[in-house]
Amino acid sequence: MFVLIFLFHLSPSHNVKVFDTPNDKGGAVYIEWELSADDSIVSCYEVLRSENNVDYSVIATPLPHSNRFDDTDVKNGKSYWYKIRAVAGTDSSESAVFGPVHSSAQWFHHKRWNALVLSIILCGLALWYIMEAKKGKPLFIRRIAGLEAVDDAVGRSTEMGKPILYVMGLSIMGDIATIASLSILSRVAKRAAMHNTPLIVPCYDPIVMAACQETVKQAHLEAGRPDTYDESKIFFLTSDQFGYAAGVDGIIVRDKPGAIFLQGTFYAEALIISETGASVGAIQISGTPAITQLPFFVASCDYTLIGEEMFAASSYLSREPVMLGSIKGEDYSKLIIMIVMGIGILLATISQFGLLRGVAEKFIDWFTMV
Amino acid sequence: MANIKRQYIYIVIALCIIVPLLTQKIMPVRVSPPVQQAYDTMAKLPPGSSILFSIDYDPSAQPELQPMLLAMLRHAFKCNQKVIMICNWPLGFPLGQDALVSCAREYNKSYGKDYVNLGYRPGVAAVIIGIGREIRDFFTSDYAGTLLDSLPMMTNVHNSNDIALLVGIEAGATGDVWVQIANARFGQKIVLGSTAVVAPDFYPYLQAKQIEGIIGGLKGAAEYETLIKHKGGGIAGMTAQSVTHIAIILFIIIGNIGYLFLRKKR
Amino acid sequence: MRTRVPLVITFITGFLIILGFWIPHDPVGDIQSTFLIWYAIINGFTMVLGIVSLVHIHTRKIISHKSGYGYSLILILSMLATLWVGLYSGIKYGDLYKIDAPFMWYYNSIFVPLSATMFSLLAFFIASAAYRAFRARTFEATLLLIAGALVMIGRVPIGDVIWHKFPVIADWIMEIPQMAAKRGILIGIALGMIVTSLRIILGIERSYLK
Repeated sequence: MFVLIFLFHLSPSHNVKVFDTPNDKGGAVYIEWELSADDSIVSCYEVLRSENNVDYSVIATPLPHSNRFDDTDVKNGKSYWYKIRAVAGTDSSESAVFGPVHSSAQWFHHKRWNALVLSIILCGLALWYIMEAKKGKPLFIRRIAGLEAVDDAVGRSTEMGKPILYVMGLSIMGDIATIASLSILSRVAKRAAMHNTPLIVPCYDPIVMAACQETVKQAHLEAGRPDTYDESKIFFLTSDQFGYAAGVDGIIVRDKPGAIFLQGTFYAEALIISETGASVGAIQISGTPAITQLPFFVASCDYTLIGEEMFAASSYLSREPVMLGSIKGEDYSKLIIMIVMGIGILLATISQFGLLRGVAEKFIDWFTMV
Repeated sequence: MANIKRQYIYIVIALCIIVPLLTQKIMPVRVSPPVQQAYDTMAKLPPGSSILFSIDYDPSAQPELQPMLLAMLRHAFKCNQKVIMICNWPLGFPLGQDALVSCAREYNKSYGKDYVNLGYRPGVAAVIIGIGREIRDFFTSDYAGTLLDSLPMMTNVHNSNDIALLVGIEAGATGDVWVQIANARFGQKIVLGSTAVVAPDFYPYLQAKQIEGIIGGLKGAAEYETLIKHKGGGIAGMTAQSVTHIAIILFIIIGNIGYLFLRKKR
Repeated sequence: MRTRVPLVITFITGFLIILGFWIPHDPVGDIQSTFLIWYAIINGFTMVLGIVSLVHIHTRKIISHKSGYGYSLILILSMLATLWVGLYSGIKYGDLYKIDAPFMWYYNSIFVPLSATMFSLLAFFIASAAYRAFRARTFEATLLLIAGALVMIGRVPIGDVIWHKFPVIADWIMEIPQMAAKRGILIGIALGMIVTSLRIILGIERSYLK
């Protein structure tokens, strides 16, 4: 037994390799090693680093089964040497030294060529059609029922002598849906101002509240009714999801609006608000990019703007050629995506029969984003 | 039949929920593939791996998500994993802390050695990018102010490479941010648990292999409880949920019969 | 000038963040994280704006005895009570979330049940919305109705008890037709977002700058 213990020597890690971390701003290298043959009894590995290949210090102690460590505490251009020490109780053994290695910063992320090419194509198409539209080329845009109904909803509310409720949902200013919603709000506010119908806008986010106040104020100016603008009708409610839902429901039940607009980012509160709206008989026009809430809106509202229809709202309502041009570009981008998907499906199906497997894999790999 | 008053519908639904909950009848639960995948991912990790739990919900989703969190924490501790908890929804912190402490007590785990709670930091996307690079950029200390380097289990945890699995418990869109940043940019392995209403959002990620498993709603929690053989709030709620679904289907059928009669009359 | 300066800021910020996706080198690579931190800080301060708006509107309602001013009174009192309990717990216990701190009682006994109640309303509203909307008006509506009913029954244990194929059918509907439709809508939304972002960065879309 004694002889056995005496003869035992912990197997070191092998094949230690250190690389400059690719596609980063520098200041990092990563170390990889093959596990010790005695990994099952190793208590930890120690990563040793030196700046002169003489004095080594422990910079990390990865757990057993670990075979990689990222050293994010290095200086660009400076030389470093590394080795790995496997530790089991009082016993330890060191690997061979790897080095020198230095980190550097990169100017281009080499794995993102595909994203660059696709972005240039998609944005290029939008820009091209914007320029075409500027030249005065007529552009067709299909009828969007939900947006056509905006004026009717405002008119109906006016006839009934009831206020209009505009709900932005849980939108924050960083959401693109908020920008789209603001352009619809602008239209609604202008019509409401023309008919002198009260417009209530309860907000979830204070910055969105400020943007809504400015939008409605401007709409009143454009309608020639700055005197009827009432800032207190556009207010902050709460930044709590269901507190907001409760608050909006309270407004619906108390004020019984004739028209309710639900435009923005919505989550589980969508149905709570829209069903309460339906219970008071209001005409409801909704729109959201939140796919999971679309079925609820479709079930409980009169009109629903599905995803991209909402983003097209500002172009549709303003009818400015430059804005419509971007929508045309978007349509052609969609066509390209459909063609690419078609090719992908075809290649994937053919490769199932053992044909063009390499081409199919390359095609899919090229479209994989990192 | 085509126009039943909504109040009557509400009364029936209330009874369908309350009566089964009071009678405490339990139904057998069949485990679906996404939950099985989530369970297998956790079970296959080597003991001592660090698992990051992200509390991305608040009290509104507590009845649906707390049983799920408890089941997953129990599984993690049972497999002797190290649990790191963070919170992206500030009002969810006490829920996470409560579940973490109670499960740790059940399995005799000690703070700092087997589990830590780093608390809440604002700015979801920035925090997730930070964890991908160096966790200390955002969490220099835990929720109580103890320095991260003085907590033994955290000395070797720096970024995504040191976190074997991320478990996101989701009531909103934070799960998307985890996938889009932690998985896409840093290759983080992810399992997402969510409310039933959010779960369909995560199916495309599972199909694209960007996440390892989905636990959807109370039913998902019940399935996970079945797998870890620990009856909790998920299994307890299954009979009520089953009866309510049947009631809704019956309402739809009644509504359609009424509608067809009306159409024939016209 | 009032609109030009924000437009220039939007253009530069947007352009730099996009560049940061391809250029990891300092100072461009980290710019998104930096801006996100700035956003989080500014966002924290905007809460003051919200609270001022809230207090201003509701105190005015209370003073002028407008209809429903009682609700405004409850709101202001609840807000002050929460603030007081939070401050008291923070000062006396050093930690809001200590198990015996009054804030935790407030949180567990008031906030949690109220929030959960609001979320639970979904069960009732889903029932009434489904009853009203799921009508076999057209062929497509009938398909939707059947698919919805199958998913509902297949997603609960009783479905498995009635017929073991219900969960399989529900999974198939969720994984194939549901996913296909969802991906189609998602692609449209993503393109819509890209084009709207482009319009914002180029200063064509100005609705947020009214």
